[in-house]
Amino acid sequence: MNRPLLRWRQSGSAGRLLAGLAGLVLMFGIWQAAAEIGWLPDRLLPRPSSLPVAWIGEIEGGYWQAAVLDSLSHYTIGLLIGSLLGAALGICAGTLGWLDAGLGGIVRLLRPIPGLAWVPFAILWFGLGSAGAVFVIAISVFWINFYAAHAAVQAVDRDLLEVADAFGHGHFWGRVVKILLPASAPGLLAGFRTGLGQAWMSVVAAELFGVPGIGARMMQASSLLATDLVLIYMLTMALLYAMTDTVFVLIRRRVLAWQN
Amino acid sequence: MAELTALPAPVVTLKNVSLSHGRGGQGTPVLTGITLSLRRGEFVAVLGPSGAGKSTLLRIVMGLLKPGTGTVELSGTNGKGRRIAALVFQDAKLLPWRRVLGNVTFGLEGLGLSLAEREARARAALALVGLAEHAERWPRELSGGQRQRVGVARALTVDPDLLLMDEPFGALDAITRSDLQEELLRIWQQTGKTVLFVTHDIDEALLLADRVIVLGGKPATIRSDLVVGPRPRDRGDPRMAQLVLRLRALIAGDRAPPPDGWIASDI
Ligand SMILES: Nc1ncnc2c1ncn2[C@@H]1O[C@H](COP(=O)(O)OP(=O)(O)OP(=O)(O)O)[C@@H](O)[C@H]1O
Ligand SMILES: [Mg+2]
Repeated sequence: MNRPLLRWRQSGSAGRLLAGLAGLVLMFGIWQAAAEIGWLPDRLLPRPSSLPVAWIGEIEGGYWQAAVLDSLSHYTIGLLIGSLLGAALGICAGTLGWLDAGLGGIVRLLRPIPGLAWVPFAILWFGLGSAGAVFVIAISVFWINFYAAHAAVQAVDRDLLEVADAFGHGHFWGRVVKILLPASAPGLLAGFRTGLGQAWMSVVAAELFGVPGIGARMMQASSLLATDLVLIYMLTMALLYAMTDTVFVLIRRRVLAWQN
Repeated sequence: MAELTALPAPVVTLKNVSLSHGRGGQGTPVLTGITLSLRRGEFVAVLGPSGAGKSTLLRIVMGLLKPGTGTVELSGTNGKGRRIAALVFQDAKLLPWRRVLGNVTFGLEGLGLSLAEREARARAALALVGLAEHAERWPRELSGGQRQRVGVARALTVDPDLLLMDEPFGALDAITRSDLQEELLRIWQQTGKTVLFVTHDIDEALLLADRVIVLGGKPATIRSDLVVGPRPRDRGDPRMAQLVLRLRALIAGDRAPPPDGWIASDI
């Protein structure tokens, strides 16, 4: 799949991993060095070597685990609900001309509104709880999946639908299950993957207003100017994203084995 | 030439079929007054210039398009593990997300067979086209000729009364094409299928078919319906050469034939 446009050498996945790690080590090294020399005062940006202590303290207090579990549950539920609904509506709109036409205005109206803007309504409708956070996350990935699914379904080779017709699968469900879904799977999964990252960003927004989780913990820390804690939760989120994305890529490789 | 006693029953009969593409069949007429019938076991080729309506005719027979007027009658029924008609597409049209085996079982799904039965049938069809050992491959891993064979296997595996083929070998190189032509003849003789074979290659039509139908005109009608002589066909036979000339003139239609020696004068 992702073949580089310009290749610097055929490097295996182990090589890529090493290069990625080297880049990270270099970044933290420069950061630490800048702090040691005195160019980067700790009140502006805590030095990397100060983070493990703070991290361990946060874990010993039990705050870290609680925040991660809360956020993970918001993330997973919101991501799944938003992605499934978005993809389903996108598939329907991409398939049914009348629905597409009917939705045209609504989509243009709602599309540009960021998830964060829905926070007041999330509080009003769902209260200051998990449901509100889930709602904000779901909205933020809904449109990504809607557009991805819409485009994917529209790009399906019409001739393959004729193959379904010719071999007795021309009825609605035959076309959807045997042709439309598998043919648009690459596009659907691409949309889902974009949502995978977007949803982590929305976790912060969704929890800013006080729903317990990583976002809420970051807010508390930043109001106390505990920048080391803020950094720890930023890193936590990055790690969680890296994990979810890695798992997703492994699953996708299986599902789309027919490509490449 | 043909025995007139005990002719087999027709598998498909078209009566006065016409069709117009476009909105609600109100657009430009493509086919008109097509009356045609194929007897069981017959191999009929359809010739005609590009855009004549050959694919359209196959789609009508297959039931993918409804004729504007006239009737299409297929004798036979879809039943357990079989369909009346099956179509081989011009460029295979395999489903890229299914392995070769899955592509061949595609037409068998929903016909009341168990998974094991479907796979056994599909493997048998793949063996018939010489691809038994490629069952687990992805379509992208096949050559054009192999893909086309899979398309043939997919159609054969539903044990159709009528095998429809739309320029199945048109995109292949000459050697692969001639291999597949021979293979098709062997399969046809082995299975006794009724075949309606679209091509724009006169030699191919004369090599394969019992009868050659020429479509032409706008809208297209059947310009001629010729019975070809006994098999095996010999290209050196002067009667064949005659037939080629005649078909060429029929396909060219109103256009004047090229002047004698035009190739030499072009150089
Ligand atoms: N869906 C369609 N809508 C409108 N016109 C169509 C459609 N499909 C085919 N046509 C027209 O109908 C005519 C016959 O097309 P058809 O595909 O049957 O030709 P053909 O004989 O199979 O040609 P070729 O040898 O190039 O495959 C052409 O003029 C084509 O432009
Ligand atoms: Mg055609």
